[in-house]
Amino acid sequence: MIGRNWIIATALLACVPLAVSSLYILHVLITLLIWAFIYTGWSLMGRFGLVSFGHGAFMGIGAYVVTLLWNLQGISPWIGIPLGMLLAVAVAVLIGYPCFRFRITGHYFALVTLALTEVVRSIIIALRDTTGGSLGITPASALKDGATWSLTALQCSDKRVFFYAALVCWLVGIWIWQRIDQSMMRHAMQAISQEEDAAASVGVNVTRAKLTITVISAAMTAFGGALYGQYQQYINPETVASLGVSLQMVFAVIAGGMFVKLGPTVGAVFTLLLTEGLRVGIGNQINSLDSTIYGLMLVLFIIYMPDGILGKLMEKRRAGPRAA
Amino acid sequence: MSAMLELKNVSAGYGTFQALFDVTLSVNAGEAVAVIGPNGAGKTTLLRAISKLINVKSGDIAFEGRSLATVEPHRIIELGLSQVPEHRRLFPRLTVEENLRMGAYMEAARPKFAQRLEMVYALFPRMKERRHQMAGTMSGGEQQMCAIGRALMSGPKLLLLDEPSAGLAPVIVQSIFDLMRKIRAEGYTVMIVEQNVRQVLKVVDRAYLLEVGRIKASGSAAELLASDEIQKAYVGL
Repeated sequence: MIGRNWIIATALLACVPLAVSSLYILHVLITLLIWAFIYTGWSLMGRFGLVSFGHGAFMGIGAYVVTLLWNLQGISPWIGIPLGMLLAVAVAVLIGYPCFRFRITGHYFALVTLALTEVVRSIIIALRDTTGGSLGITPASALKDGATWSLTALQCSDKRVFFYAALVCWLVGIWIWQRIDQSMMRHAMQAISQEEDAAASVGVNVTRAKLTITVISAAMTAFGGALYGQYQQYINPETVASLGVSLQMVFAVIAGGMFVKLGPTVGAVFTLLLTEGLRVGIGNQINSLDSTIYGLMLVLFIIYMPDGILGKLMEKRRAGPRAA
Repeated sequence: MSAMLELKNVSAGYGTFQALFDVTLSVNAGEAVAVIGPNGAGKTTLLRAISKLINVKSGDIAFEGRSLATVEPHRIIELGLSQVPEHRRLFPRLTVEENLRMGAYMEAARPKFAQRLEMVYALFPRMKERRHQMAGTMSGGEQQMCAIGRALMSGPKLLLLDEPSAGLAPVIVQSIFDLMRKIRAEGYTVMIVEQNVRQVLKVVDRAYLLEVGRIKASGSAAELLASDEIQKAYVGL
């Protein structure tokens, strides 16, 4: 049943570019899918108590490695993306291994990751001669002489192509979430998040389990960052590597629902509606109004709806028939 | 005869604080041995050292003749050493059955899961009734049963129990010690760390008295129960 629903939903989504001609809607959907993928990656750690404020770092690494390699060395994103993911994974291990080995958990782990984002952002800004600093950077265009796409440069002026790329990417993200959910890894990570010592004593290799999930999460986020950069054709530290981006991930996943498969996706829809709604409704007159609202809502969600929108809805549905 | 578990001059602690000094003790196959002593004597540290949750500073711990010095914490259970930790440490938001499943997490135990689950349910029928309940919502005594059940799921050679009576109502404490007898009757080798000296000495064969990190006395349970020192300090007669 679930399988059939998924096929129908995917088919419907795949038809959207055929039915919708509005570039704006297509743009919103593409960013939605990319963010939903990144949030799903974040939630792999978040759902097991590994709250990271450092995923902006992984996203930034993915986006910047790809763009810099292309601009400076002419290396195709086909090679740049795996390299970016590899660097993000290396950074994740560098931070994760000591944390997990020496039992840095909970708030302390969150603080370490908070610092990580700032370090990456500062490095991008400090190397402004190569990275463009806080002004950001644009991948050198390969679309010359009327060309509408370039496979080597992974550039394309047709939004529909990016829509399908983002759709596949999001589906793979959901598939990864599901694979982990059905594996022994989930049991191990649940046990670790509830009682770490007891998990070790029943034979869970705590350090390795946490490191594995961190590596998968970081690699996904870096990939999402690279895709975001290729689609937007412009990145800057604020949009891909800042504390703001890291917090946005935390907020979206908590709002959508950290413990259910489509929670992060619902979070992406929710945050996007919020930002776009504010932009259209109020305009850009009040600076960083969206961040203020995010902050307020985060507090409210954590207090009143810790399982998020989708988590709450599913709980209601489960409880519904029994109450009736 | 070589002991199943052997500690030789073990010293251990946390950072610069030393909690154990030159502890030497042994547990033979088939025996039940208690380590008794007051709060803060280092009993839990002793078990944490055996299960490699902390490293020893000097001395050696050997299980079935093999030194545990280089064994990682999650491999301890594979050797056949299973621990019921202090305060039970169940996975509170997993059900009873999920907790028991985690007890059979290691590769070698997974094929025997169903069989051992039946064995644990036969030993603790209450756990079968509660199998779909969140472990954290049960009473202290039930949680203790679940914790012992979880430890048995790996099919251990030696069961380590850390203060099984701690924090339980007196009437429950009695039933926990009855459980200990049941487990002994199943043929498990057991090492119990306990403050409830009078009760535990009725269950075990031998005991060591640990005070301020050092072994102060040792002997058969009957000898210790009869000794003046223990009578005055711990049994309260």
